[in-house]
Amino acid sequence: MIEIKNASFKYPNDFVALEKIDLTIKEGEKVAIVGQNGAGKTTCVKMMNGLNKPFEGDVIVDGVNTKDVTIATIARKVGYVFQNPDEQIFNSTARKEIEFMPRYYKLSEEEVRQRVDHAVEICDIGKYLDTNPYEIPYPIRKFVAIAAVIASKPKYIILDEPTAGQDLHGTQVLGRLVDTLTNEGMTVITITHDMEFAINNFDRIIAMAHKNIICDGTARDIFWNEEVIKEAKIKKPAIGELAKRLGLDGRILFCDELVDKL
Amino acid sequence: MSFIELKDVSYKYPYTKDFALKDVNCSFEKGKFYGIIGENGGGKTTLCNLIRGLIPHFYLGKLTGECKIEGKDIRDWDTAELSSKIGYVFQNPFTQISGIKSTVFEEVAIGLENLGVPKDEMIERVMKVCEQLDIGHLIKNNPNNLSGGQRQRVAFASIIAMDTDTLVIDEPTSQLDPEGTENVFKIIESLKHSNKTIILVEHKIDLIAQFCDEILVMENGSVAFSGPTHEVLTKRELFEHKASIPEVSKFGLAMEDAGKPLSAIPITIEEAYELIKERG
Repeated sequence: MIEIKNASFKYPNDFVALEKIDLTIKEGEKVAIVGQNGAGKTTCVKMMNGLNKPFEGDVIVDGVNTKDVTIATIARKVGYVFQNPDEQIFNSTARKEIEFMPRYYKLSEEEVRQRVDHAVEICDIGKYLDTNPYEIPYPIRKFVAIAAVIASKPKYIILDEPTAGQDLHGTQVLGRLVDTLTNEGMTVITITHDMEFAINNFDRIIAMAHKNIICDGTARDIFWNEEVIKEAKIKKPAIGELAKRLGLDGRILFCDELVDKL
Repeated sequence: MSFIELKDVSYKYPYTKDFALKDVNCSFEKGKFYGIIGENGGGKTTLCNLIRGLIPHFYLGKLTGECKIEGKDIRDWDTAELSSKIGYVFQNPFTQISGIKSTVFEEVAIGLENLGVPKDEMIERVMKVCEQLDIGHLIKNNPNNLSGGQRQRVAFASIIAMDTDTLVIDEPTSQLDPEGTENVFKIIESLKHSNKTIILVEHKIDLIAQFCDEILVMENGSVAFSGPTHEVLTKRELFEHKASIPEVSKFGLAMEDAGKPLSAIPITIEEAYELIKERG
């Protein structure tokens, strides 16, 4: 369980990015965080893996306060995939990048191989394995960064804007990946601007605005609350918007629901 | 005559086995807003690199066929001259930002500075685009300390400031929130109204549907579909091709499949609304 308790965070220049946040994420959950650029989403998830430490309040991961341990200790449990893969990737081939953490953990060759194969399969990057990451197209390079974190087998994985730049296939791979990982017991937390991705793959959605959480609930709780949409500057998914204009009830968000209704 | 014309163009990057473009035929007219969509690795960015002259002047490799800009073959263009006609916004703002300028203002001014634009005019143009792109409050900040979305707007501003006739824009909104994305599309649309030609690579199909005049769907290095936006996006084959189509178009197809078709397949929410109302 990750517990953020009354936590505030400010950057070294004294800019306060989060004010008195409370949030609990339980094991096995699928959580999407939405909200405007600059709302504090990335700052918030970086508190979960200890990269950011609150100046007041606490962040507790499986009973351990992030203030009491090193980032490396927390990072074993909470894997973070950067928004920009180039901030993360440093090895000369995709394979070396993905093997890096399993080898660092001194796992057996067999275990290393299994973890790499598994991560590569669910990220669908088999044909790029022996390529230099910088020769891999940007959207696929993002999957290399994701695979590297999956192979480190954290208990919680944070995906920061994974769908940015992805085509339909890439977005579908991501959707399946979220399911596979949670079925295997991992907790998946994502930050996304892609509302369709959020509603199709995440049970719990958190809307952030003004350095805080303004709504925490299901897709319908978020996207049928006009106040939340306005404050978080998010967008109602197209089918929901159409249902709203038609004055239909039932908080419709999905295509099949609308077809049934008409 | 088309402003940009490609005939039987094939291209292979150096040291690669496969052709990135295969027998591409297409043309672009002045003053229109084109959307290029399709799978990653399908050749969208390569096509942009060619139109912009990066191929064959920067990327060597093998280029065959004919690519003419204003009637002159791309091989014969001087790249500096071409860059004053065609502006290019890169896909990844982290790559585009020069890294050598210490303020957003200087970063946005970089192209104008290189062109030798007089100082007063330069300041005026930079301030104008910064306001337009809502980065006016950031002009004194260091570009390297900005968020992904802010960097993307800075990269975009530095190209708009150049005021070229044609803009090739590769996924300008990948790091932006929905509001920021819509603002960028509105700015692009306003550029179209000042008679600029826009070639935009983008995955956000709902916005492509709303704003573009014409669409090219790239697949495996070739143009799989092209034509007026409405005509292309409502093709059932496109959906069956696993290309993304607007949610409301999927809805239109699903209504057909459920035996209660609308009189047409919509591509925007407004259109879907009208079609449902019309049916009663």
